[in-house]
Order: sequence, then C-alpha cells, then structure tokens
Amino acid sequence: MAYVAVSGGEEAIEESIRLLEYYQNSAEGEIAVEAITNQLSLLVDRVMGEAGLYSRSYAALALRQCEGSVEEAVFLLRAYRSTLTRNYYTHAVDATNMRVIRRISAAFKDIKGGQLLGPSYDYTHRLIKFNGATQSPQDIRQTLFETLEAEQPEEIASCPRVSDELRSEGLIEQAAPDDQSPHDVTMHMLEFPTTRSARLQTLARADTGFVSGLAYSALRGFGQVHPTVGELRSGYVELYVSYLLDEQESVYLGEVLITEVEGFSPAHNKEQLKISVGYGAVFGRCETKAIAMAVIDNELNQDGPYPTQDEEFVLMHGDSLEMNGFISHLKLPHYVTFQSKLDAVRKTRLEGNKSHE
Amino acid sequence: MYLNETPVLSIRDLTVRYGKGCSACSGRADNRDKNRCIACGTVWATDGISLDVYPGEVLGIVGESGSGKTTLMRALYFDFVPSFGSAVLRDYEDGQKNIWEASSAAQRMIKNTVMGMVYQNPVLGLRMNYSAASNIAEKIIAAGSRNAGQMTGRAMELLDAVEISTSRMSEAPKNFSGGMQQRVQISKALANNPALLLLDEVTTGLDLSVQAKVLDLIRKIKALYGISILLVSHDLAVIRMLADRTIVMLDGAIIESGLTDQILEDPQQAYTQQLVHSLI
Amino acid sequence: MSKNYNYAFLDEGSKREIRRATLKAVAIPGYQVPFGSRELPIGRGWGTGGIQLTLSLIGPGDVLKVIDQGSDESVNAVNIKKFVGLCTDIETTTETPEATLIQSRHRIPEIPLKNGQILIFQVPLPEPLRIVEAREEVTKKMHAEKDYAPLWLQLYESLIRYKKVTLASEYPCLVEGRYMMNPSPIPRFDNPKLHKAECLYLFGAGREKKIYAVPPYTDVVSLAFDDVPFEIESFGGKHCRLCGSTDTYLDEVFDQQSGKRFHQCSDTSYCRKLSSQKAQNRE
Repeated sequence: MAYVAVSGGEEAIEESIRLLEYYQNSAEGEIAVEAITNQLSLLVDRVMGEAGLYSRSYAALALRQCEGSVEEAVFLLRAYRSTLTRNYYTHAVDATNMRVIRRISAAFKDIKGGQLLGPSYDYTHRLIKFNGATQSPQDIRQTLFETLEAEQPEEIASCPRVSDELRSEGLIEQAAPDDQSPHDVTMHMLEFPTTRSARLQTLARADTGFVSGLAYSALRGFGQVHPTVGELRSGYVELYVSYLLDEQESVYLGEVLITEVEGFSPAHNKEQLKISVGYGAVFGRCETKAIAMAVIDNELNQDGPYPTQDEEFVLMHGDSLEMNGFISHLKLPHYVTFQSKLDAVRKTRLEGNKSHE
Repeated sequence: MYLNETPVLSIRDLTVRYGKGCSACSGRADNRDKNRCIACGTVWATDGISLDVYPGEVLGIVGESGSGKTTLMRALYFDFVPSFGSAVLRDYEDGQKNIWEASSAAQRMIKNTVMGMVYQNPVLGLRMNYSAASNIAEKIIAAGSRNAGQMTGRAMELLDAVEISTSRMSEAPKNFSGGMQQRVQISKALANNPALLLLDEVTTGLDLSVQAKVLDLIRKIKALYGISILLVSHDLAVIRMLADRTIVMLDGAIIESGLTDQILEDPQQAYTQQLVHSLI
Repeated sequence: MSKNYNYAFLDEGSKREIRRATLKAVAIPGYQVPFGSRELPIGRGWGTGGIQLTLSLIGPGDVLKVIDQGSDESVNAVNIKKFVGLCTDIETTTETPEATLIQSRHRIPEIPLKNGQILIFQVPLPEPLRIVEAREEVTKKMHAEKDYAPLWLQLYESLIRYKKVTLASEYPCLVEGRYMMNPSPIPRFDNPKLHKAECLYLFGAGREKKIYAVPPYTDVVSLAFDDVPFEIESFGGKHCRLCGSTDTYLDEVFDQQSGKRFHQCSDTSYCRKLSSQKAQNRE
C-alpha cells in the first residue's frame, strides 16, 4: 500500500513513542524529583505559574517526564488539573501580610519596613563556572547553615505597601471595595470587554516570554507607560478556606511563594493627573514576568493604538497551551483543505488564461 | 418656493455639549467665551441647531473651525449620539422617527440607503484595499442585493458618471490620486440612489485644479440625479459655487441663513460680512 | 487509566455542562455557544473541541468511528480513538453505517449519514467572519445584527479580482436563514451534505471554547450570489486509482518511487469497501 497517504497509523505511533523514550532516557541515572524542585526551582516556578497549579513536586515530575520542555510540562499539569474537582475557593489573599524574603522599591530610597534585597541574580556576574562549583552543594548548604545558626534572626514585621503612603496622600485613586466573585477564567470563556479579575488571571497564567515581549514593546515606545517599580516583593502568603460547618471560621491550608509588583506611572484620570498602579502577581520568584504583567495591566487601562492597549489582542494570545497547541497543529495533515486550495488556485489560473486569449 | 414640499432632512434643536452645563450657560450664549462656558467650562459644540433640507436643493453650511459644522456632520454620520435634539428623514419611517434613537442596525441601513456620505478624508469612506467596484458593491450588498452582475453594472455606470475609466474598476483606491479617491467616494455614496448626499469638506486639501473638477462633478451629479445635498465647507467660494441656500455658523450656533445670493450680496452679521469681504 | 480517571475522562459535572451547551446549540442552529472548554491530555488545536463533545455524549452501546482527512488510519484519528478507548468501554469501527458517533476532521463521509447518527467536527476557528474581522467583540455584534455584508463583499471582491470565488475550504454557509456558520475546514465538496441532512452535526472548538450545531433537516446554504452559483471542487474527470470512483473527493498523491501523480479517495473506508465489492463481482 505504498500509495496510501496515511497508513499503519497505530504502529507508527507506538514506534515513535518508543524512540521518544530512548531520547528521554539516554543518560544513565535519574534526576531526583527533589533535585528539580530545589535546584531548578525557578524553572519549577515558571511551570507552576503558566499551568495555574501550585505544586512543586508535580511540576518537577512533569519536567522530568518531558526532557525539561516548559510547554510540555505546563501541558501535563493543566491536563491533570482539569480532572480535579474544585471544591473550594480560598479567601482573598492580602499580600500586605506576606512573610517577605525580598522587597525592593525603585521609587523611594527608604521605605517603611525597609528595603530587603533577598535572593536575587541582579548583582551576580554572569560567568559560567566551567569547572563546576569549587564547593559541593552539600558543603555550601552546611556553611550557610552554620552562619545562620550563629546569627540572631531579626523579626520581619509585615510591611505596609509603598502605594498605601501615596494613596493616603490622594495621589492614587482609592478604588471602591468590590466583593463580586472573580470571573474564573478556567471555567468560563473570556468575553470582551472583560473584567479586571479575568484580565489579571489570564496574565498571571500567560506564557512568560509572551508577557515579557509585550511589556518590552510598550517600554520601547509601542505604548505609553514607562513605570517605576513602586514595589516588588517576594514571599510566602497564607491560604485559608471557610470552614464547612461554620462560615465564620476558616481553615488554614498552607502557604505559597508568590512575587507581587506594583508599577507606578502618572496618568490622566478624569480631571487631574494621578499615579496609576499596574499590578502583577505570579507564583514563585518569577520577577521579570511579574513586572511585565504590571506594565501590561497599566497599558490595558490606556486607550491607544498599540497592541498592549488592546485587551482582546493581549488576553487571547498568551496562553501557553492554546498558542503552542494551535501552532503545533499545523503539523497535522491538511491534505483535504490543501487540495481544495489547489482547486481554487487552478480554477482562477484557468479563468485568467481564458481572458487572455 | 419650498414651503409645500416635505423636507428630505429636518434637524431640530441639535445640541452637543461636552461637560455637564450649569445655570449660567444652559440655554444662553452670553455667558460663554466662544462656545465654552466661563463658569463651568462646558463646551457647547452645537447649541440648538435647527435646519431643513428640501428635495433637490443644495444647502451649504459655512463656518470656521470650532463653529460646530463638523460636529453637526459627525452627528449625522452617527459618530456619536447628540446631547439633545432630533433629526428625521423623509425616507426613513415616513419622517416619524428620530434617527438618533434608531437601533444600530437601522442606523447602518440609513447610512447605506437613505443618506450618502462623503468624508473629507477618503480613508474613512473607502475600503482602500478593495477594488473601486467592490467599494460601490459594498453599499448595494448592504441594501440587500445578491446579484453580482447587477452590482458590476451599477458600478460601471457610477464610475462612468464620476469620470473614472471602468478599466480601472478592479483596482484599489489606494493606488488612486486624491481627486480620484474623492470621486470614487462620491460614486459609492450614490450607489443606492439616496435622497440626500452629505458632503463634508470634500475638496479641502486637493489642488485647485482638481478641486474645480470635483466641484464641477458635484454640480453635474446634482443635475443628473436630482439629489439633495448638504454641503459643509469652511470655504465660502465652494459654497458660492454650489449652494442654493446657505447657513452661517459661529461658536456652535446658526447666526445667519438665507438664499446664497442674498447672503453674499447683503450679509447682515458682522462675521458674515467679514467672510464675504475676504472672498474677493 | 480506568482507576484514576472517570468514565470518558471528564468528570460528570463537566460532561453535563458540555451537553447543556450542546442542547442550546441544537436549539439555535448555527449559533456559536460559548462553553467552559476543559484541558485534555491532547493538544489544543488537535481536536479537543470534538473530543470533548464525543466524551460528553459517549456511553455504553455506542460505536465510534474517528477519521482525519477522511481516513480511519491517519495518526491523529488513531490517537484520538486510542484515547477514547482507554477511558471508555465502547466499540470502534471503520464502517460509516455502523457508527453511532463519528468524530471527523476535515471531511464528511461519502456514505450519507442516517437518522440517529451524530457527526462531530473538530473546529480550529469557528468564526466564519474571522476572515473579514479579527475581533470577537465586533463579530459578535455582526452576528447579533445579522450584518454579513462584509463577507458578501469578500466574495464579490474575489469575483472582480479573479473572476472566480477563491474561498476554498471552510466555505461559509447560512444556517436556517439566520446565522452565518463556518462548516469547519471541510472541502466545498462536502458543504451540500450539510443541507437538510438526516443526521445531527455537532461542531466543537476546544481552544476557542465554542460549540455549534446543525440539527437534522436544517437549511444550510453556501454563500453564493444569485447569478454566480456555488461551485464544489472538481477533479477534471480523474478517478480513484484504487476503486475507480469519479464521484468522490479525491486526494492527489505521488508515487514514492516514480513520483508519478495519482488520485485516490480521501474516504478510505468507502474506497476499500467499493474495491472489495468490485473484486467480488469480478470473481
């Protein structure tokens, strides 16, 4: 059956998967899930964020299963998550009460609660350690541990937000409290114009590269804002759900690591100039994405001709699963439609030749 | 002369205001600096404009920028809903229904069949990347026709009327000169034989010789189709050449109106006198 | 798999929600009903809309056929069949008349479908107006106001420019005189099969989160001017090299060795059946 365009599909798939297994397991020894969660933790953060599922170990499992492909790992987590029944929504998290591990402001030199550099790559020299680390990870951990043991830990109180200062001064619009349930983008299709809750959820789950590229375009001039990072904080926030038998009571679930950014830019608000705040929040320590998200949140509030100011454009094209799925579907056979297109082209050619005669 | 005929278009009390208005400026013009209220800052882009366009006539509206003539035109193009006022068309619901209260589908129907609109900027009135024939067909399709041959026939007839060679009908207007684009726009506006043609500064920005040709064409079209025309221009020379009657606008209000000859020969208001004197 | 996942993969709540959207779609032929599309273990853009419809409808006693480009053996069809098989206990078939549910990408089988059968299409871009307007916010209004003039204009423009309609597959059609519909990327050849059919047609777009339907005996009219009739693909008298058919949709294929061009039926099941019948007749 040499002429049958597609044949032996089942067998071909089996063989393809066997070959894939060979590629996945070409080295000896398996990476421990713990090694991935601890030593590739920024990768794990990214995958959890784009998947919209906070589970370090499942993210690590997923990454190990797909040769470290972010899009595949996100896919695995999403497909798994969609089979889980969702019984509760947690209470809204107030990140003012965050147990911060890092907090900086580019707007003010000194801020209430203080700047806290925390773990950051910002001031490292990006030099590859060709001969491996001089010390083993165990040794480094041991040394750090001893140093920390010897020091008196300083209590970090919960820090008020930088924006609260400006808000009390009237420079930032005080939004009216809004107790509407958020639009759940995992359950309902986006419709435009959409709500801010849908907008922020979509951006938080969006592909990191997409969000960063868009924000970059806005900063370079295809947009209006060049915001000041009013505050960037990373740390742990606690999650609670209402107790089933008594709504007044709540049950502590645990804590998640998030990064939150508020970007400030002057904006004309009705009658006068104000400071408008763009908001970004992501799982883990994905700082660049959080800042980019804040830039885009702010851009979406502007009326203008640029892509970042177009809600439908921004929100419909950044989902990792959707964009990678649709791009990769181009690999599927399109024999029938291509034949149809050939027919249309051939017929117009015929028509063209007729009129030239 | 027109009294016993039903107007094609009647506008009553058209008011477009930006701002809330206050007791100092509502209903009175004396508390304003030009069209802006001294007390509350409200801008009265047009204030209580009423006018009629009769069958077969050309009504000209002249005024400087900020006089409200563009606001009036944009309200008729349904670019926004006026603050107050009504407009009725003889050919829409027997002149019984305010077009500014019509549904967006009805407004689209009005734009496509009852009024032909020509914009100062051809980009607004034409699909620049579609052929000239398609631009005309767009209107015919919107009016419900599903016969391609008829559309092509009508497109050829109209392009011929505006003096564009039918050999160029499959070309896109983006390849045409400014004067040609305006002529395609006019032919598109005429596609469904509307009773009224709205012309908004159609010759502004064109070379003088091209301007003269377009004005000539408009005159020819009026004679050919007996269509009523509402013509807006800042240029009294254009108005003089085309309009039977003329309305002079200043700061959002009509300050003078009458037969064009009469206004040119015996202007009553100081502003109009200044306009007429500048003509020579 | 069966231990860790529900029957037909989706939880019952999700299936119910998809069926509710489907009922609404049947009630308003051609109208795109939004739904909370679920993530599946198969790529978005790879038929997840069709699969969700199949999974929400399938139950014991159903017989499933899956085709891609008309073929039961295509890798994608096989893969989908394998997935549905893993999470249900249903029978699969390649015979069109035996199937209760047929999931398809890009084709309607050659054998006319009967009352009681459901054909489920996988749809990449459900919006027929997308070719003239990129924004969902705008196309939604156009549907509400039945403003399809821009689509007609597109058709007219291709006549002016090429003297022919150049829309190839995904050829828009008006359903029951009301909604313009994208029939999914089937060839124009298959459009007439949608009109007043005996079976139910369902359309699922997973990534775009829409479901729509053509119930039995519904008017489905392909977009065409009164004086320029709708035309299907023609194969210039070519016939299938395997079964000899001249009235089926043909694929153009090249011989692996000689590079010579052949034509053969895109509906492989139909073709095989006809070939074997002919062989029997000869004996």
